[in-house]
Amino acid sequence: MTPLLSVQGIRKTYGFRIGCTDVGFDLYPGEVMGIVGESGSGKSTLLSCLAGHLTPDQGSVVFDTRAEGPRDTVTMSEPERRMLGRTDWAFVHQNPRDGLRMSVSAGGNVGERLMAVGARHYGQIRETATDWLGRVEITEDRIDDRPRAFSGGMQQRLQIARNLVSGPRLVFMDEPTGGLDVSVQARLLDLLRGLVREMGLSALIVTHDLAVVRLLAHRLMVMKSGRVVETGLTDQVLDDPQHPYTQLLVSSVLQV
Amino acid sequence: MSLAGLRQGKPEHAGHGEAGEQPHEVAADIHFAAPFSKENAGMDESVPGGAYNFAYLDEETKRMIRRAILKGIAIPGYQVPFASREMPMPYGWGTGGVQVSAACLTPDDSFKVIDQGADDTTNAVSIRKFFERTAGVETTERTAEATVIQTRHRIPETPLTEGQILVYQVPIPEPLRFLEPRETETRRMHALEDYGLMHVKLYEDIARHGEIATAYAYPVKVEGRYVMDPSPIPKFDNPKMEMAAIQLFGAGREQRIYAIPPYTRVVSLDFEDHPFVAGKAPHDCALCGASDTYLDEIITDDAGSRMYVCSDTDHCATRQEAAA
Repeated sequence: MTPLLSVQGIRKTYGFRIGCTDVGFDLYPGEVMGIVGESGSGKSTLLSCLAGHLTPDQGSVVFDTRAEGPRDTVTMSEPERRMLGRTDWAFVHQNPRDGLRMSVSAGGNVGERLMAVGARHYGQIRETATDWLGRVEITEDRIDDRPRAFSGGMQQRLQIARNLVSGPRLVFMDEPTGGLDVSVQARLLDLLRGLVREMGLSALIVTHDLAVVRLLAHRLMVMKSGRVVETGLTDQVLDDPQHPYTQLLVSSVLQV
Repeated sequence: MSLAGLRQGKPEHAGHGEAGEQPHEVAADIHFAAPFSKENAGMDESVPGGAYNFAYLDEETKRMIRRAILKGIAIPGYQVPFASREMPMPYGWGTGGVQVSAACLTPDDSFKVIDQGADDTTNAVSIRKFFERTAGVETTERTAEATVIQTRHRIPETPLTEGQILVYQVPIPEPLRFLEPRETETRRMHALEDYGLMHVKLYEDIARHGEIATAYAYPVKVEGRYVMDPSPIPKFDNPKMEMAAIQLFGAGREQRIYAIPPYTRVVSLDFEDHPFVAGKAPHDCALCGASDTYLDEIITDDAGSRMYVCSDTDHCATRQEAAA
């Protein structure tokens, strides 16, 4: 089976500082991988490199494209990478303001990706948008409201709908539940878990919230100071941490 | 301002004594007084425009602008950056159009300026006078007789022919500007033909108003490639952009020139189920009776009575003459 995403030897430095280095893994279709680590451990840098927002200094990110099979997205031309970015890939930002167009209605936000790949039928675009808003539990009568008028949780759900509308195969999530209160987090996680299962998505989830990865991720990668210190199945890593840093991380979670 | 006034003002600024004043005064005549003084400009009969180079701009500048124009024509709809000069008029009054016109004009040209279709508004009159004085070219109000037509916000009703040049004054050349504020990003979007956002705007129009409510500066796709802002012409004029004349667009403040060569495909963006409609007021012209022209609504008293007349004054006058 061909991995959907095959990452090898990714390295990104900021001058003398290491963003992340020597990161490699395979992600298979339908698999959800969590990347955990403390602030500044290079999680977001890694995610940006993988999603094509940053160019890594070294390494390859081979994505199994629909049309041409495995392609290295680092050496791919920018139009091709952008095309991937709005069809097969999705990126959910921590702050919905980064991922949404705040001055455009909810329907327009969801429809943007469709229009970007050539949808030119207003009725159909609107229908799809309505359908997707329903799936992320936003009622139909809010379709013409701007995201400004939405609560934080709704904005985050809208961002997810906007990203998933094009039927991506790989979703990058950067702290999708950050900044939300716990009950909203729980519902969002529930929703995400449902969507991931239902659509057979592969996902990379960057977070420092171990509960999130426990619920969503099949596999886990623990990062510290730009390096991967431990990988394994989620339960295995969380229940039987081997690396001292992972042990610290797991034991730091407050048990309620 | 008169030459005498400048002379009197000069010593205060410069603060020179009587003895050293004479040579400076000569300099003041040339550098300061010339562009503004009626006595100086246009009085030297040997050269049209007096102290100016032909059509105000120096030859190097015109060359630079012509290069940008040629590039623009080679890549229809692409915004070519150029080193826009300060012109003796405020930004927003057609500084871009004036520079493009200056670069296009030859002494044999016949020049026409319209502002919202009219030949007799302030903007049109002052630009026409500007070139009368600095280039000494013949000016006309007849669309058919003009070889270079500078326009603000309209395309003449009379179809243009090969050999004519239509110069648009453009306030904001970037069609994506109000959707994406970053210039770096909009340029990349043009480069990658990433135009989904333009339809988001039209989508928003329909969602909010039930139809595409954009009535002017309606975005077009040129030759299947670049999405372009046709300057704030009414969308009524959009279909006319597939014409025999050369269309040049100059944005002075934004320092961009773009162009549409003759017979180029210009398609107004729309949705399949909400097609583009070139709208106008549902009336006939009150003066000439034309039913196929773009109309201005004119309020005639405080009681709300109004009349609709052709915005293209030359077209309307020609029709009235023919009828009379």
